[in-house]
Amino acid sequence: MKANPAAVLTGTHFIDGDQACCEGALAAGANFSAGYPITPSTEVVERFAWRIPTVGGTFLQMEDELASSIAIQGATWAGAKAFTVTSGPGFSLMMEHIGYAAMTETPCVFVDVQRGGPSTGLPTLPGQGDMMQARWGSHGDYEIIALCPNSPQECFDLMIDAFNLSEQYRTPVLFMMDECVGHMTEKVVIPPADEIEIQPRRYTSLPPQEYHPFQPCADGIPEMVKAGDGYRIHVTGLTHDEQGYPAMEWRTQEKLVRRLVEKIRTHVPKIVRYEEKNIEDADVVVVAYGITSRIALRAIEMAREEGIRAGLHRPIVAWPFPEERLRELAGRVKGLVVVEMNYGQMFYEVERCVAERARTLLVPHGGGTVHEPEAILAAIREAVR
Amino acid sequence: MTETTIADQPVNPVEPFLRTERMPHIWCPGCGIGTTVNCFARALVESKIALDKVAVVSGIGCTGRVAGYVQLDSFHTTHGRAIPFATGLKLANPSLTVVVYSGDGDLIAIGGNHFIHAARRNADIKVICVNNFIYGMTGGQVAPTTPIGAMATTSPYGCFERPFNLPFLAESSGAVYVARWTAYHVRHIAHSMAEAFSKKGFCFIEIIAPCPTLYQRRNRLGDGLDTMKYYKQKSVIKNGASTKDVDLDLRGEIVVGKFVDINRPTLEQTMDLQLQHALGSSYSGGGGR
Repeated sequence: MKANPAAVLTGTHFIDGDQACCEGALAAGANFSAGYPITPSTEVVERFAWRIPTVGGTFLQMEDELASSIAIQGATWAGAKAFTVTSGPGFSLMMEHIGYAAMTETPCVFVDVQRGGPSTGLPTLPGQGDMMQARWGSHGDYEIIALCPNSPQECFDLMIDAFNLSEQYRTPVLFMMDECVGHMTEKVVIPPADEIEIQPRRYTSLPPQEYHPFQPCADGIPEMVKAGDGYRIHVTGLTHDEQGYPAMEWRTQEKLVRRLVEKIRTHVPKIVRYEEKNIEDADVVVVAYGITSRIALRAIEMAREEGIRAGLHRPIVAWPFPEERLRELAGRVKGLVVVEMNYGQMFYEVERCVAERARTLLVPHGGGTVHEPEAILAAIREAVR
Repeated sequence: MTETTIADQPVNPVEPFLRTERMPHIWCPGCGIGTTVNCFARALVESKIALDKVAVVSGIGCTGRVAGYVQLDSFHTTHGRAIPFATGLKLANPSLTVVVYSGDGDLIAIGGNHFIHAARRNADIKVICVNNFIYGMTGGQVAPTTPIGAMATTSPYGCFERPFNLPFLAESSGAVYVARWTAYHVRHIAHSMAEAFSKKGFCFIEIIAPCPTLYQRRNRLGDGLDTMKYYKQKSVIKNGASTKDVDLDLRGEIVVGKFVDINRPTLEQTMDLQLQHALGSSYSGGGGR
């Protein structure tokens, strides 16, 4: 299915990441958003509130993030494609509803424009401290998909992928921006609608008497219906059977949670995405994502000028983590340098994959500004020493 | 003596509205929630509403389980968040009649912020609140509705906080329809529900109901039947009463009736009106609308 031309702002634009994220959502077919203002993410919903009335759809500013993150799920079950946008403290408040979306297999997108934390932290300045919260933040066990754009162009492009993934796998998808990427203004090229591929919702063709709302297809993912279509479905955050009915016992729990996890894990090769530069001859690989990956590139250039063969591995999809690729790299390089705007989050994933087959170094940063390339360069030197 | 088979038994008129395969339900003997569900089914009959277009949204708690027993599109959401879920559901498909069915703790404590804002916006949802003055599901803790002096597990020496007067809260927040009944007033409940289904905007019906297991017993108020007698004796129907004057206490009079029935544009209507005013013919509508 192709994108709706009325929603796609085809052309070349000079806009920031937040605006591009909104245009990506519109191009992806989003026709509902509920949000609560929070810096540095608010521009996304401001633009949506401005754009959506002429495209066809609804924006509602809610009373808090709890309301926003569940209103989008009500809208989804009524047939809308919906997303919400937040940052830091708001992301913490949304955790319960990320779990609800995971449990009820409600496709929707949560955008987190990361700022410095913990707590109120640095509202106007960048951080990358929510990466593990994205992975594990809601209680209970589930797999998640999270994307990490590093430019306004990617904010547009990947937002479409985020919606498509959420429809394909019937899962909440987290869009992990950072303040720098959100507020950085660059060229963004928006293609014609007929060049944008849209994953439609996987609605069932079965009649109501044969349909079980949580009975999976061969790929582990159940087909959906929407409220008002005569299926009289029941949806609950409680552990439920294929009929959707609560069942308070361990066998149903095991079957359900295993499926929620497996429906992502069995498709990891299709979901995982990364970008690499100068990797073929590299002795040291810098692992970085979001804005940090762009600082890392400068450090890699400086290292190359010194004769150190450094390369970049940039996870575009952060969750599921590109484990297999990291294992391959670990077997053939001297060291891996992880650069992130926190005191070690994805670093532990890299360490786990490397399993002491190469040196692993962390270049941490508390957030508020980006790394100095020199700090990364020092770690690159150390890694090959 | 002739043998009576199940097939000979008359079908209960509310049975088609229930997920009978899920029976028995979880509610205790003497609990008022089942009574209200019976009224709800009868209200659906009375209102002649298309059942495929009715959605029930519940939060968490004993009343929160209603969504799981009605043979309708039904959503059992998170604690306190039924109203914002329902708001999204309704906005994205305005052809639905969206009913929020939940308890006092869910709607008014953890969900209180959503309650007042949905009423302020006049979201077109029908909120049915079964008020049993207690957190039943978790074992009888004090609630924002517990009368002063009442015993609860977390107020073991008696509740010392002033409770909310729910009709007053609903009206002052902007509800267009406000009624209160007790579980004794089954015909009135069904009639109020049917009225709410046919009315546009934020409608609120409070139903005072017994929790014999955790509230009545701990407060020496007797069993379910004793509570029905109390409701019968101490309820006073005052339609149009000022909601300021309908506070409740532990053993006193219960003012019931339809207190508010006014008209005000709904959230959808004000949204459309404003956007049409601002954008003219370039307004494309709400998508689903």
